[in-house]
Amino acid sequence: MSSIIHEFLKFLPQEAVITGEESLRVYECDALSAYRELPACVVLPETVEQIQEILRICHQAGVPVVARGAGTGLSGGALPVADGVVLSLAKLNRILEIDPDLRLARVQPGVRNLSVSDAAAAYGLFYAPDPSSQVACTIGGNIAENSGGVHCLKYGLTVHNVMGLKVITIAGELIQIGGEALDSAGYDLLALMTGSEGMLGVVVEATLKLLPRPVHQQMLLAAFASVEEAGNGVADIIAAGVIPAGLEMMDNPGVRAVEAYVHAGYPTDAAAILLCELDGVPEEVAVESKQVIEILKNAGATEVRLARNKQEGERFWAGRKAAFPAVGRIAADYYCMDGTIPRKHIARVLQRITELSEEYELGVVNVFHAGDGNLHPLILYDVAIPGELERAEEFGGRILETCVEVGGTITGEHGVGIEKINQMCVQFKTEELTQFHAVKEAFDPQGLLNPGKAVPTLRRCAEYGAMHVHGGKLPFPDLERF
Amino acid sequence: MVPSHTDIAGFYDRLQQQVIAARASKSPLFIQGANSKQFYGGECEGDIVDMRPCRGIIHYDPTELVITAYAGTTIEEVERTLAEQGQMLPFEPPRFSKETTLGGAVAAGLSGPRRPYTGSVRDFVLGMKCLTGQGEILKFGGEVMKNVAGYDVSRLMTGAMGTLGILLEISLKVLPRPEYELALCKDLPLADSIRYMNTWGGKLLCISGATCDAVEVHLRLSGKQVAVEKALEGLEMHEDPAGLDYWRRLRDHQLGFFSLAAGESLWRISVPANRPMLAINGEWLIDWGGAQRWLKTTESASQIRALAQSLTGHATLFRSTGDRNETFHPLPGVIKRLHLQLKDAFDPDHILNRGRMYPDF
Ligand SMILES: Cc1cc2nc3c(=O)[nH]c(=O)nc-3n(C[C@H](O)[C@H](O)[C@H](O)COP(=O)(O)OP(=O)(O)OC[C@H]3O[C@@H](n4cnc5c(N)ncnc54)[C@H](O)[C@@H]3O)c2cc1C
Repeated sequence: MSSIIHEFLKFLPQEAVITGEESLRVYECDALSAYRELPACVVLPETVEQIQEILRICHQAGVPVVARGAGTGLSGGALPVADGVVLSLAKLNRILEIDPDLRLARVQPGVRNLSVSDAAAAYGLFYAPDPSSQVACTIGGNIAENSGGVHCLKYGLTVHNVMGLKVITIAGELIQIGGEALDSAGYDLLALMTGSEGMLGVVVEATLKLLPRPVHQQMLLAAFASVEEAGNGVADIIAAGVIPAGLEMMDNPGVRAVEAYVHAGYPTDAAAILLCELDGVPEEVAVESKQVIEILKNAGATEVRLARNKQEGERFWAGRKAAFPAVGRIAADYYCMDGTIPRKHIARVLQRITELSEEYELGVVNVFHAGDGNLHPLILYDVAIPGELERAEEFGGRILETCVEVGGTITGEHGVGIEKINQMCVQFKTEELTQFHAVKEAFDPQGLLNPGKAVPTLRRCAEYGAMHVHGGKLPFPDLERF
Repeated sequence: MVPSHTDIAGFYDRLQQQVIAARASKSPLFIQGANSKQFYGGECEGDIVDMRPCRGIIHYDPTELVITAYAGTTIEEVERTLAEQGQMLPFEPPRFSKETTLGGAVAAGLSGPRRPYTGSVRDFVLGMKCLTGQGEILKFGGEVMKNVAGYDVSRLMTGAMGTLGILLEISLKVLPRPEYELALCKDLPLADSIRYMNTWGGKLLCISGATCDAVEVHLRLSGKQVAVEKALEGLEMHEDPAGLDYWRRLRDHQLGFFSLAAGESLWRISVPANRPMLAINGEWLIDWGGAQRWLKTTESASQIRALAQSLTGHATLFRSTGDRNETFHPLPGVIKRLHLQLKDAFDPDHILNRGRMYPDF
């Protein structure tokens, strides 16, 4: 290890190679802080050539490398590997070009998500994927996780909004995937790279699609006396042929937590509320708003509010956007889950979550992307109380398995990382996992890029399966499972 | 008519045995739906795998915006089923014959005129079940809108021309059909048309098609009627006498432009939408707002490819009366190696559609 640090220092300045324990602590985890690990060193290159050189050296020496954006990931994707290198893309933070004519942005991977839309605003354009973490998270991280946001129901996920990538392979080769044309020859490596959790290559540049800003937006808020009716409201809107720009749902504990925190004016007696954003030209939005109000009332809404102006619309959104910190105020800690299910099962799965909440004696708040069926149950716990973290994790695992049972998936947008690695064994069978490993090997035969994440080894699944047969209860709850 | 569960299980069993046997003897298999795209890609040899018995819609729930069907289902059946519920396949797959299948459409990855505005085939692929060259039936993705568990193998299979796996079942995201659509046109020289399409493409959200030939530019508008009527105001175009049928004929290559004289080839050139005209002799039809350019010519492949590449694009020999060995644009070194390694990961003995995409696999 000391020899590769020596190699790094041949072309990187001292301050770009971090080795002191104190300074390494900053990088020991991402936003899933239950998992921590100190790497051997962190490098902060500034150029593509430096990254190529770093990867060549690691490749040669057989040292694992974990790419890192802003570290806002929620699945431990950027968790360091002990004795490995963390490759921070933080210094590659420039927007290289906004092309208003082709409606594209060419950016470095360390650029923050929100700054792309900020830079595009001057041209009446925006970058659609808008994760709640958009002030902090980076485009490189977004690509690695295929991140979504509240507007992806209408405008798509990261995979739908990336046109091209420059990627460096573990061997240090620079490749261009996609570009400014709408397609390229050969296999769709662009789709394969998106959501690959930093396991196949390091993204060093991205060409992003920008969209014309809709001229008009309208917010609606609907209150329901039952979660089931709110779920039906969602299905009815879609069945009527309306695709809102955003369609979010919050259950009663969520509404109360948010209301206490930001006073958005939410009805605290509602079992659930829906927030719906419609956009387009004003004439069209007016017609759709009428239609949606009608639908929501028919679905049993006890109240439907139409934001009277932009400020009120923003106030409706403010509550949703502050949901996580609001929950942070009512619980010492919370654990954010991320399963996706067919929309028709929303009520059933929320009911199941309530039952599990009683079983595990931990509170839960649901604030989520209803339009996409992407749940975000927030499990409330207190890490200071012995056993609560473990209970929260097990509860979370059970929720994800419920998602798989109803035909859904264990992760909609946060990635598998290290967190959901056991649940991968539930969602996929051995042959499928083997195929994933083969894909990984095609890019990284030695398994040096972000090892141990996203795809479990078959041995791990065998162990997890063996633990699982005992009626869902882990046989040794106090043993460390990671 | 959906085959029964036992029919399908039996079909899958036989298919799996066929792949395992082909693997043992290293003899290639030629996967076919309706074979409506036999002209497209390199010539394939080998035993024919006919996917048409694997046919029918498995799940369709309009409120989920998802349809799952067997790969041998015709596009006609899929689109008819969706239309009954006021929905559609947003990528407008071409039907080169009435029998075109879903599996063929997804494997070829071809999208119609709506592509720049709503997305391509792979944008709407949510998941699939496939049979790899190792004889294993695997499932990737699913039937939900958002899913990042595991690598996105189903999108990788899309457009892979059946060289990575035999597609068995496919789940797609669908969208509501627009409430209102209008076909417009006006006379404009080709070079001006490219600028025209690019300018309006950035301003109007309701464009769902923009194409031009030597004499005319065509736009299609879709959406709420009020939005379409509003958009009409600035455009100074008139309604196309051919109506929406123009767009169907464009999608299916039934316009007069698409018939080839002896010795001519049809090229598909994909470039950034605002690039100027390419200096190649031949007849042009420009679709996708400038991003997909059809060229009928007798010029050489090397000249066409060099020019496309100089504009950061690529060129596909779409239809030809002559040699079809190099249909797709050659891949650069490292990318080519990654392709071969991926091919090996799914089909180590190179039995699936050997030569259909690239001569070396
Ligand atoms: C409060 C909060 C709200 C959130 N809301 C959302 C939301 O609404 N939607 C959503 O999708 N996510 C959300 N997230 C999760 C997170 O912000 C996203 O996953 C984000 O994309 C991570 O970006 P990052 O730059 O922080 O990446 P990191 O956490 O640093 O890394 C994430 C993964 O990407 C890899 N990686 C990073 N850069 C590169 C690169 N250049 N090349 C290759 N691999 C790379 C890492 O190795 C790691 O596996 C939220 C997180 C928080 C804390």
